[in-house]
Amino acid sequence: MADGGARTRGRRTDPPHGPNMLQNSPLFQLYATRMRDFYRQPARIFWVYGFPTLLAIVLGTAFQNREAEPISIDLVEGPGASWVDSALGAHNEALARDRVSGLRKDVPEVLLRRAPEAEAIKRLNTGKTPLVIEPKGSESIVYRYDPTRPEAAAARQTVDEILQRARGRKDPVVTSNLPVQERGSRYIDFLIPGLIAVNTMGGGLWGLGFLLVNLRIGKLLKRFVATPMPRRDFLLALLGARLTFLVPDLTVLLLLGTLMFGMPIRGNLGLVILVDVAGALAFAGIGLLVACRTSTTEAVSGLMNLVMLPQWLFSGVFFATDRFPDSAQPFIQALPLTQTAGALRRVILEGAGLVEVAPALAILGAWAVVTFVLALRYFKWT
Amino acid sequence: MPDPAIRVSGLRKVYRGRSGPVTAVDGIDLEIGRGECFGLLGPNGAGKTTTVEILEGLNEPTSGEVEVLGLRWSADEKAIRERIGVTLQETRLPDKETVREIVRTFRSFYREGLDPEDVIGRVALESKANAFIEQLSGGQQQRLAVALSMVGDPEILFLDEPTTGLDPQSRRQLWDLIRGLGERGRTVVLTTHYMDEAERLCDRVAIVDRGKVIAIGSPAELIARLGGEHVVEFALAGEGPPPPGSDFAGLDSVLAVRDEADGYSLTVAEPHRAIPALLDALDRIGRPMARLTTRHVSLEDVFVSLTGRHLRDDETGERAPAPRRGRRRRG
Repeated sequence: MADGGARTRGRRTDPPHGPNMLQNSPLFQLYATRMRDFYRQPARIFWVYGFPTLLAIVLGTAFQNREAEPISIDLVEGPGASWVDSALGAHNEALARDRVSGLRKDVPEVLLRRAPEAEAIKRLNTGKTPLVIEPKGSESIVYRYDPTRPEAAAARQTVDEILQRARGRKDPVVTSNLPVQERGSRYIDFLIPGLIAVNTMGGGLWGLGFLLVNLRIGKLLKRFVATPMPRRDFLLALLGARLTFLVPDLTVLLLLGTLMFGMPIRGNLGLVILVDVAGALAFAGIGLLVACRTSTTEAVSGLMNLVMLPQWLFSGVFFATDRFPDSAQPFIQALPLTQTAGALRRVILEGAGLVEVAPALAILGAWAVVTFVLALRYFKWT
Repeated sequence: MPDPAIRVSGLRKVYRGRSGPVTAVDGIDLEIGRGECFGLLGPNGAGKTTTVEILEGLNEPTSGEVEVLGLRWSADEKAIRERIGVTLQETRLPDKETVREIVRTFRSFYREGLDPEDVIGRVALESKANAFIEQLSGGQQQRLAVALSMVGDPEILFLDEPTTGLDPQSRRQLWDLIRGLGERGRTVVLTTHYMDEAERLCDRVAIVDRGKVIAIGSPAELIARLGGEHVVEFALAGEGPPPPGSDFAGLDSVLAVRDEADGYSLTVAEPHRAIPALLDALDRIGRPMARLTTRHVSLEDVFVSLTGRHLRDDETGERAPAPRRGRRRRG
């Protein structure tokens, strides 16, 4: 019947033009849908903005400069126990005097628990104490501890030093400590760019991957492709929404860092945004890939954990990546979170320029391109 | 049929199942005329949804030909999409969108179409235009789903089980809406497992069972094929084993007899002759009657006479792997 009788109808609206352009643009409508969906759900706003803010405040405060944590250790009863006890008691008393005048904040107090050998060893084996001291007479001491536990090794070092000095050891070299409290090199300064990167990763995976799988489960994806909606517009709208949410994401954490903790922003703010956008695109691609063919919430949650967990652990968000062995570095450096967090830190804290973060931008760009191409190729719309 | 809205031939769809391939659609041929309201009637799992999803271009046939408005999905997907409207069995629309917002969004997908306000009016949701979707009742959500499929002013409208799970009043409202579409010359393709729905709405019905069309025609034609217009159902009281149904086959005006789980079902031409004859026969064997009902023949009876099963025997009827259904209306 081509376009004859049945297609003449009165209440048709005209094709888009003039002020109706936006109204009739699928890209705009889909983008507006994403925006509304977000701001109409306060719980989601908390998890996106409130949670990272809280995390930064809690961690930032926890790692702020203050007195060293006391060390609690066990001392085995027996001959020689009393001289160890009194040597450590003298250390604590001297420390308390010094601390009144604000000195030696980095030296820990040592809390002793005297126990029979069997009990002390049991406590050591169950992780209730990091170190057990077994005096063998007054001339010899055995330390029991697990050298792979950093706090146990540190406790042994501290205690050994106190005891050796108490018995008259003289240090051949005079040493003194100058604790670093420079703005830009404290833990909180290290942490904030990392949290920005983590938020960007979460946004890509939750905001795209998880969302798409939910749309697929609810058949909304299928319902959309049953219309002439351009699929390109749909994806661009999601991506546009993602990048829009980046603005408050970034603003909240940068403001928190600068206003509350006095974190410096030494580099160009535009470059900070560029790095974050590059990270967002890489994570958006990964989110899309995760959602590519997944059709259950369980599967997508598993896949997202598979993607996010290694990056939380290895990408230097909470502690520096140098702690991992050299052989693991190529893998760690290839992770998009490592590059996003690292480049943000270099720009924010070290004032790095475009040339210095270009390699990071290239790696993030490669992630974005490869994941987008793969995801679009295998994406299941129905 | 000259220039049909939909032409289907030799349609087959085989899914890979856990225990080997499963045939969901097993050689279906159909022609649906323009302006027709066409129903695919069958039990759950008969292959109705798979069939319409292939017609809607949302599923690929294993083999067979499909033409929609003279076009093929492989070559003219975009053009077909502009001219059809689809309601899926279950779509979870975004909770926090308002009726007006979602209708506008869908309107933006079509080059030409109806005014969103007009569409909202047609499905009688004016008073809910600013309500969030999560605040709508089941019937209102279903009317909204139909509105979304109408907003591009389609020539063909596909409705997959539009009234499943709705209360009687909501069903009637939707029926009025669908009838209105037919009156405006739209082709409507409807799947349902409610025989009354098919009888009321459809010009023609294809009864689908196990992936095949087992009967096709107008509801009146299909019913006429049973020979009788009426069904007499009865059960016996008293002692002793129930006599076989064939004992009643020779009674005046009785065309067919079927043993049911709790009695008998007679297809009769004229109840005023068959019932006295039946009472006489029961007198002779000395068994009183426990129950007697008469009604007009329905499509249900047509289905039963063709398959030996009831339409709503969902569990026994389920065989093909119906594509995953939405949560809310499962079962």
